[in-house]
Amino acid sequence: MRYIPNSAHERELMLRDMGVESIDYLFRGIPAHLQLKGPLKLTPALSESETLDYFHSLAARNVIHAQEASFLGAGAYDHFIPTVIDTLISRAEFLTSYTPYQPEISQGTLQAIFEYQTMICELTGMDVSNASLYDGSTATAEAVLMAVRVTGRSKIALAANLHPEYREVVDTYIHHAGITEQTIPSDPVTGTLKPEALADLGNDVAALVIQSPNFFGGIESLQALADAAHEAGALLVVVVPEAMSLGILKAPGQCGADIVCGEAQSFGIPTSFGGAYCGFFAVREKYQRQIPGRLVGQAFDGEGRKGYVLTLATREQHIRREKATSNICTNQGLYALMATVYLSLLGRKGLQEVAEQNVQKAHYAAKQIAALGGYKLRFTAPFFNEFVVTCPKPAREILDRLARQKIIGGLPLARFFPRMENELLVCVTETTTRQEVDSFTDTLKRISEDTEF
Amino acid sequence: MAKYPDNLQYTKDHEWLKIEGDLGRAGITEFAQEALGDIVYVELPKIGEKFSAGEPFGSVESVKSVNEIFIPVSGEVVEINEVLADSPELVNEDPYGKGWMIRFRITDSSEVDSLLSSSEYEDFISEQEH
Repeated sequence: MRYIPNSAHERELMLRDMGVESIDYLFRGIPAHLQLKGPLKLTPALSESETLDYFHSLAARNVIHAQEASFLGAGAYDHFIPTVIDTLISRAEFLTSYTPYQPEISQGTLQAIFEYQTMICELTGMDVSNASLYDGSTATAEAVLMAVRVTGRSKIALAANLHPEYREVVDTYIHHAGITEQTIPSDPVTGTLKPEALADLGNDVAALVIQSPNFFGGIESLQALADAAHEAGALLVVVVPEAMSLGILKAPGQCGADIVCGEAQSFGIPTSFGGAYCGFFAVREKYQRQIPGRLVGQAFDGEGRKGYVLTLATREQHIRREKATSNICTNQGLYALMATVYLSLLGRKGLQEVAEQNVQKAHYAAKQIAALGGYKLRFTAPFFNEFVVTCPKPAREILDRLARQKIIGGLPLARFFPRMENELLVCVTETTTRQEVDSFTDTLKRISEDTEF
Repeated sequence: MAKYPDNLQYTKDHEWLKIEGDLGRAGITEFAQEALGDIVYVELPKIGEKFSAGEPFGSVESVKSVNEIFIPVSGEVVEINEVLADSPELVNEDPYGKGWMIRFRITDSSEVDSLLSSSEYEDFISEQEH
């Protein structure tokens, strides 16, 4: 439905129809001393060209890939975004439509969401996916709350190598909910979790929350972790901030995961300085009544025609109130659509190819860097497109020197782990060229040799 | 079957209780199932769970609403009607028979005295409808 504002003439007609003199009459219920007198204090309106100039100047403060090579990952990934995505989602039917509460007039929106849910199930190997959540961090928090509901237990075990910002969001959610946490340490050599570290996982744990690939880029042994969690009667929650990894790694659902959640930003959504993003959330069929968020189902109408509709609404706030599975009453409709278009364009084969390129380029870069004197790979576990490099000098210093060469070298891990002063988290995607990697490696070499340039 | 069989006791929340020795069997009444419409899901407690008279022991879902079901008298659950997991519509079709929900050990049989008889329940409903 289109939005067209009312003209002054139309407002007059409406008032006359109501038998009302002026619009002030409609606000007569508000005490006089609270009513606004005079216009709001706003800066004067800009013309269209002034507005464009203003936004251009703001945009000019951003650095985009074309200007500088970036090796930043850590939860926000630079992947190629086909132009046609923007064209399709800019269609008014998608861009301005609201929530599909009325299935009679929203079949297009509902079907798109249903396709999204189906693709997420296929990628994660799970049975039921919701229509999306805000982002990967809140999806993780929702997974924790769901595990607590399902098991009736109030403690969770979090992997030490879970994204620190995801962990912070989980902490915020559980802080006043009577849920406590324990940390499962990662192995200092591999960077991944050792199943032995789960030996003392108590019978009071609702969920084991792990990330794979983990924050350091390493791939976790999901099946072994699933077994350990299930033995303690806990659910295994697998968090996937880099969804592209699902294009090549074995689906977590096939490795015993009970809940798979994460971030779909890698599927056609720009990094956008951290958001808006698109959290995905998928579970085993037996838990479908405990899943948070919107669910689109496929059904038949009174005349036997196939159609789509929001379903299992009794989980939600507007019906179950404080006993709802979550207080979310929305989804990231437009972003889920971008991800759906992206996945449709690439298809199974294309996605696998992109994922393979990530693996190959990242391993090429890792090999080149490891061959440099003074630099080494910090962890030994297999990785997808991110890895940690131990540098000969503090990472922040290295980054400053790289910046002068217009290279964004990665994330200094000391930002989250103060003792990892010399560690740098490097990400290489299919958008990184060989030249960029070689230039990066070459500059790293010169920095370590203290060559002035 | 009669709308409100007189071999059963009733609560003002529209549950029925059948005494079976020192066990009780409970479910929802004809009035309740009709008011709810098509039931799509019944949430039941686990065996061993204990409830005090009037406490919710589960819930009944129709397409657009969820309603708690309250235990008529205090007890400990010994059996639940697992058939309802796949066939919740039995509650609509046969609320006093195949649609039974839980069987429990009655912990205080004196509480049964405060329940309504079939005619008292019928009066209660007709008052409600005005």
